[in-house]
Amino acid sequence: MIVRIAEDRQYELADDLHAQLNDLDDATVAAVDAGDEAAFRSSFDALLTFVRDSGTALADDELVPSDIILPPADISFAEAGADFTGEGLVPDPA
Amino acid sequence: MPGMSGRFSTVVKAKISKLLDRAEDPAETLDYSYQKQLESLQNVKKGIADVVTAKKRLQMQSSKLEQSVVKLDTQARQALSTGNEELARVALERKNVAQTELQSLDTQVQELEAQQQKLTDSEAKLRTKIEAFRTKKEVIKAQYSAAEAQVRISEAATGVGESMADVGLAMQRAVDKTEDMKARADAVSELEAAGTFDDLTQLGSGEDDIDKQLRELSSGAAVDDELAKMKAELGSGGGDAKQLEGGTEASA
Repeated sequence: MIVRIAEDRQYELADDLHAQLNDLDDATVAAVDAGDEAAFRSSFDALLTFVRDSGTALADDELVPSDIILPPADISFAEAGADFTGEGLVPDPA
Repeated sequence: MPGMSGRFSTVVKAKISKLLDRAEDPAETLDYSYQKQLESLQNVKKGIADVVTAKKRLQMQSSKLEQSVVKLDTQARQALSTGNEELARVALERKNVAQTELQSLDTQVQELEAQQQKLTDSEAKLRTKIEAFRTKKEVIKAQYSAAEAQVRISEAATGVGESMADVGLAMQRAVDKTEDMKARADAVSELEAAGTFDDLTQLGSGEDDIDKQLRELSSGAAVDDELAKMKAELGSGGGDAKQLEGGTEASA
């Protein structure tokens, strides 16, 4: 699957990492729901780090749509409230 | 299946579908998309120029404030050495306000610097994508039937459209931040216009409204500390004065 981190770049992640990615996403939603900014920061950072570390950065000249788009790393807690809701940004496994 | 939710995904998707709306003739769609991409690149350049302008304005204000800080400090010393403690206090209170503003301006200049860098990086990436799209569109036009081309176009245009939307969002955020900073810069300008950092020797006698506001604004304790420090410096003779400079941590 292709994951874009907004204002960063696209990464290709193995499909079997989806569950892990989804767990990190859900943790971020939980932190936003709880209004816990510190928890949000750490879980969102963990989410981005996971994508960057376990994914392969796509070259700038590749023209591929993303499956998942994550907000920019410097997103504010208020902005995050609009993004991390419900099932989050990573769709739950069917 | 990709189930993109969230505001970022939604905005990105909306922008891409707008881009693909004209899908009758594949070749036309390709050229139209490419045209839009070039326009988008121009907008990014404009956005970067705006950020640079905002930054320069803040930098100018910052250097003006720096001068004010030095000037007010000198005036406080002068006032104190002629025994005018009241005037020295007013000067220090104003210096205090100027320093606080200066710090916040410096932080904002750094933030804009970071924004500028980010947009410049994004522009470079988008330029690369657009170039790749230009190559690909010629290949698609030459090699594929109309039906096949439609699929290829959608893929390529979505890939580059996503990058365009992403840069668009980055620009929007930069503009929002720049607006906040403009408001801040305007507030400093108002303080300036109100004579807050003006030459004290040119003021009439007596305390004006600004002085009263300043008393409330600035921390009395910090001013008291600095006043005491300045007194000690002047008292111990000019020679030792330099040693104490910058020692803001002096205990009360």
